[in-house]
Amino acid sequence: MADEASIDPAEVTGEGVRRRDFINIAAVSFAGVGGLAVLYPLVSQMSASADVLAESSTEIDVSAIQPGQAIKAVFRKQPVFVRNLTKAEITEAEKVDTSSLRDPQTLEERTKEGKTNWLITMGVCTHLGCVPLGAGEGEVKGEFGGYFCPCHGSVYDTAARIRKGPAPKNLEVPPYEFTSDTVVKIG
Amino acid sequence: MSFPWANEYKPANPLTQWLDEKLPLPRFVYNAVGAGYPVPRNLNYMWNFGVLAGFCLMLQIVTGVILAMHYAANSGVAFDSVEHIMRDVNWGWMLRYAHANGASAFFVVVYIHIFRGFFYSSYKAPREMIWLLGVVIFLLMMATAFMGYVLPWGQMSFWGAKVITGLFSAIPLIGDPLQQWLLGGFAPDNAALNRFFSLHFLLPFVIAGVIILHIWALHIPGSSNPTGVEVKQESDTVPFHPYYTAKDGFGLGVFLILYCAVLFFAPNMLGHPDNYIAANPLSTPAHIVPEWYFWPFYAILRAFTADFFFIPAKLMGVLAMFAAILVWFFLPWLDTSPVRSGHYRPLFRKFFWILLVDVIVLGYCGGSPAETKYVLISQIAATYYFLHFLVILPLVSSIEKPEPLPFSITEAVLGKDEGAVLNANPAAA
Repeated sequence: MADEASIDPAEVTGEGVRRRDFINIAAVSFAGVGGLAVLYPLVSQMSASADVLAESSTEIDVSAIQPGQAIKAVFRKQPVFVRNLTKAEITEAEKVDTSSLRDPQTLEERTKEGKTNWLITMGVCTHLGCVPLGAGEGEVKGEFGGYFCPCHGSVYDTAARIRKGPAPKNLEVPPYEFTSDTVVKIG
Repeated sequence: MSFPWANEYKPANPLTQWLDEKLPLPRFVYNAVGAGYPVPRNLNYMWNFGVLAGFCLMLQIVTGVILAMHYAANSGVAFDSVEHIMRDVNWGWMLRYAHANGASAFFVVVYIHIFRGFFYSSYKAPREMIWLLGVVIFLLMMATAFMGYVLPWGQMSFWGAKVITGLFSAIPLIGDPLQQWLLGGFAPDNAALNRFFSLHFLLPFVIAGVIILHIWALHIPGSSNPTGVEVKQESDTVPFHPYYTAKDGFGLGVFLILYCAVLFFAPNMLGHPDNYIAANPLSTPAHIVPEWYFWPFYAILRAFTADFFFIPAKLMGVLAMFAAILVWFFLPWLDTSPVRSGHYRPLFRKFFWILLVDVIVLGYCGGSPAETKYVLISQIAATYYFLHFLVILPLVSSIEKPEPLPFSITEAVLGKDEGAVLNANPAAA
């Protein structure tokens, strides 16, 4: 409330006026807070529902994937690339100076310890969400030997790091763990 | 507002007299689009496109409500239900083609309507509010058209939804949660399809509401006209009915001939074959493009390939694309010339045509694959686009010497204005 001294005495004379002011402010505030409270569920219902959020973790047997090969799996209804890197691809990824990268990360940071040959990333371009090429048999891998997104021309290297084009980030590494030497559980 | 010489509505029989007292709807129509609404006598065919746009909206609502009776907004069956409409529902093929091509027709008409506004500076005082509401209508149309294109749940529908909602992920910090909130999941799926259907049904009625405001705001100063000189006297105007109901009726006939030619002889001309393949979240089509009416803006989006200082390229593209339309909101204050019509502005006129060519070039690049040469042309054309509005327009307004204006619309039409002499020099009368 305003400082008493700053109020014109002429306005204060009628006590009823001030009671009315209080009722006005209280009623409008109460209705306002109530209105906002109603707004919350109206906004929240748009978010992913419980069944969508329930992570369907995916188990993949990787024993059949030879070095140089890759497969596409599905996690949260989006493609995941599981790629068995060749020695040459690992060397190429490791010799890159990370400070020259748009999203600096080493291959080690993007893979599990002792499993640097298993590059597991989402198959979702970080630009606008297209599926990059390079995981399927005979697909273009782009000039850095990793993945190439045909929509707007983003190029990823053999550690699936962004090297050229409009995408701002490396291909996302989903949460995963190796449950045995040949089985990986994503999610 | 109407002019003082407007015809007054006189109910002819006891029924209309009774109605006029209880609910004066006939009076309202008479004063809005009847003989009670005086309109400049010199409107050319460029002034047909507002009525045509209104017709397109009605066409879309009628065909859309019918399609909704046969369509199922569920990602499991949506694609099949569209094929069901095409093959099994009586006249379903015609209604769907009418709706799909109706959207294109709507945009053709609205783009001509907008460029009419550019050429004749229809956005200038006292008509700024009409223009601002028009830009709002255009934004609503784009949202509605985008969501409608998602509904058949073909490959282009799915990947269009993914790319366009992906635009929001460019916003720093809140981008990814925002995209997930818009989609109701991590990728377009049933939740997204359902809400897009709900909103696609709702928004046309919101558009109709804003159109009512647009026309309300128009009827306060009345229509502008090709000379840009305001109405001064009764001889400058004719009643809307029968003069412009007839002229608009003729325009509607020409429009329907062209629309039906596409509808019945080339209904897939503006579509993409990929959208006849059911949505597949694991495979992106080799060449995804939006519908043709988004191409100029899509080209601006793709024109940004390198980071701009600290702003990532992706965010710059998104900001520029939205700015390309938002800049229209400032048009009434960027163009400061007191002369409205491009007919009397020799320099402005030249830049108008360059802008038109520039937008067509952007459109061509937006529809082409993301190859270096098209991206380079897009970059030049996008730069020019913003230069036109932010630099050229204010500059031209201040250095240009406009050609002499006619004294009145009557003088422009008849070559002389008897009343003008009286008005200009009362002593001579």
